[in-house]
Amino acid sequence: MRVTIDLSALAGTRWYEYGVRFLFGGAITVIAGLLAKRFGPVFGGLFLAFPAIFPASATLVEKHEREKKRTAGIVNTRRGRQAAALDARGATIGSMGLICFALLVWKLLPVWNAGVVLVTALSLWLGGSVLVWQASKSHRRR
Amino acid sequence: MMQLIFRFAVGGLIVSLFAALGDVLKPKSFAGLFGAAPSVALATLGLTIAADGKLYAATEARSMVVGAIAFCMYAAFCSRLMMRSRMHSTLASTSALALWLVCALAVWAIVLR
Repeated sequence: MRVTIDLSALAGTRWYEYGVRFLFGGAITVIAGLLAKRFGPVFGGLFLAFPAIFPASATLVEKHEREKKRTAGIVNTRRGRQAAALDARGATIGSMGLICFALLVWKLLPVWNAGVVLVTALSLWLGGSVLVWQASKSHRRR
Repeated sequence: MMQLIFRFAVGGLIVSLFAALGDVLKPKSFAGLFGAAPSVALATLGLTIAADGKLYAATEARSMVVGAIAFCMYAAFCSRLMMRSRMHSTLASTSALALWLVCALAVWAIVLR
């Protein structure tokens, strides 16, 4: 399956939907920092992988798919929920990459340059996630 | 106070950027990868390294491994709730946050504390 970029999808997202994500993202970043200050980095670190915006994203995916089908004249459809479920399946794979990201930062940050570690960890997250996604696709096709 | 506002703005911006990337990518299962992007981690770790040093940030990253394992279980559970149990995405993704919290706190209490 080919990966494509559809920039018109950006126009389909309303300004307040971007606002909700910004608020959730900003809030969890502040909360993670405050928890680390209050209870220490061992506890605060847990929240660096808190699924802060996932509920908002899943809701938007379902809503947009349902609206698309409604515009096409199809009212009762499971497509929205299925699209959100696929999004969650993708997030499952992405979170495997997130584990690798955290492991690499934990092990290499004390000994390497911080910028290099973060860029390498981000590349590992993306590369690892894409590889697992491709592997899961070809496994399903068989 | 200024530091909190700065943290809020940086976190919100990075999270929004990854979310927008997820919006434009197809198919949905691929776009979903960006739902688990290390956006909060990038914002937090960058600021933490600058304020508290690399060792403090590395300790946070060690705990993040546990949080990410809990995220993996959370996302798989959400997918199952929506696909098999036919639960609405908002209800599935918010109620399953309890699973993330229980998993992360349990491992923190048993292993990390």
